[in-house]
Amino acid sequence: MAVRLEKPWRKLVQEELGSVHGQMGVFQLANADHEIIFIGFAGGRSLFGLKGELQEHLGSADSFRLEITTAYKTRHQELLMVHFADHGHYPVLNTAEETRGLGRLSP
Amino acid sequence: MQLQPTQEQDLVVNMVRRFVREEILPLEMNLDPDADQLAEEDEDRLKSMVKDMGLYGMGIPPEYGGPELDMVTRTLVAIEMSQHRAGLYAPCYGVFGGAGLAQLFEANDDQKERYLYPTLRGEKKGFFGLTEPSGGSDPARAIQTKAVQDGDDWIINGSKIFISGADRADYGLVFVRTSRDKGRGGITCFIVDTDTPGFHVRRIVHTLRSANYATELQFEDMRVPAKNILGEVNKGFAIANDRLSRQRIPYSAGCIGVAIKAHEMAVEYSKIRETFGAPLSSRQSIQWMLIDNEIDIQQARWATLEAAALADRGDPFRKQAAMAKLISTEGASRVVDRSMQIHGGYGVTKDFPFERWYREMRIRRIGEGPSEVQRHIIARDILGSGLR
Repeated sequence: MAVRLEKPWRKLVQEELGSVHGQMGVFQLANADHEIIFIGFAGGRSLFGLKGELQEHLGSADSFRLEITTAYKTRHQELLMVHFADHGHYPVLNTAEETRGLGRLSP
Repeated sequence: MQLQPTQEQDLVVNMVRRFVREEILPLEMNLDPDADQLAEEDEDRLKSMVKDMGLYGMGIPPEYGGPELDMVTRTLVAIEMSQHRAGLYAPCYGVFGGAGLAQLFEANDDQKERYLYPTLRGEKKGFFGLTEPSGGSDPARAIQTKAVQDGDDWIINGSKIFISGADRADYGLVFVRTSRDKGRGGITCFIVDTDTPGFHVRRIVHTLRSANYATELQFEDMRVPAKNILGEVNKGFAIANDRLSRQRIPYSAGCIGVAIKAHEMAVEYSKIRETFGAPLSSRQSIQWMLIDNEIDIQQARWATLEAAALADRGDPFRKQAAMAKLISTEGASRVVDRSMQIHGGYGVTKDFPFERWYREMRIRRIGEGPSEVQRHIIARDILGSGLR
């Protein structure tokens, strides 16, 4: 498995979410320049999984990409750490509590 | 032979049991089922409660400011601490602290100043780096990471895998081959600062477990001063080996705690869940599952407490620790499996803790030396050290 999530970006619009299902997994949201602004996950308490989580973000980002995984917690932490390693900061919409205690990667 | 906890042990165990039930379980209800940490304010509050209870850093010797409970009491406490969803790999979400890397108690004064004391003050974190891609069951022979002396420094090249906490650590104990000796004689333990050029945490190794994940490390021409050798050159394996035997006791205790909780839930559920007009508990097939749970738990408890008692007395305990690890990890796996079965469809949902225990418990039969290695250790004890 690649450390970075490198799937093609898809428009964050209701029609596109029609093909997203209710699995657990991780996702990234980006602005119109495809800069990552949020890294999230659909976990065991997410209503309707990835679909539900992405619907919550309709209107707050330009595009998304996702990865289905049951290891959503560790993958979420890994993606945040990789983002920090690449950019020197966490995505702007991720809160301090979400990034508290994260380690450092040099992928 | 004393088969009963002392009054003091009873007191401590009851205090921890109440803490888990009244403080940890309610918070866990609102966390993600795979959560591995509490919100910062809850963590701080609970840590301070544990300090007030006098149980923070249970393994820390009094000369370093800790209570240093004996191994039997620590085992009894560890059995209580793991009785919640995240309990196997994040017992009480870490609010009881720890001794850090106990091997540092044997460090020299300079090393204690730079690593041990800051760790005990909570200013630094360490990791334990033994396993390599070439294998972890026989580390003395599998270690291929090499260090070559260059003046007052050593240059380290190689990699490690399945290393917990390296990405969050300030330093680590890294076991490296320093001589051509292919076996135990050629291993040295280095204390490595994680900001050393050439130290890389390449990735998280995603596994079945949700907490305390493992990482893969790479060392590229990493220059470490000779003053960072823990103990003596080529005598590092003894440090690793002592830790491996000792670690098997709390490792076993964590499994027993989860098994007790799973069994307790299965007993309760069997009494309220009805099929064909009668509770599950009235069915012999279910009763036998519960009986087998009870037997597995009891066997594991006694084997683990015996190993702990031997360790407390200063007697050899390697064989007993291996037996405890074998019995408790295999027994607890069966208990979780049966308890999940009794819960039917609900047992496999994330609404209940069984699926997390089931996944994480599977690792316990491999981690800290797989069942087969434990049997090998026991065989070596029975047949003599001539057995390789």
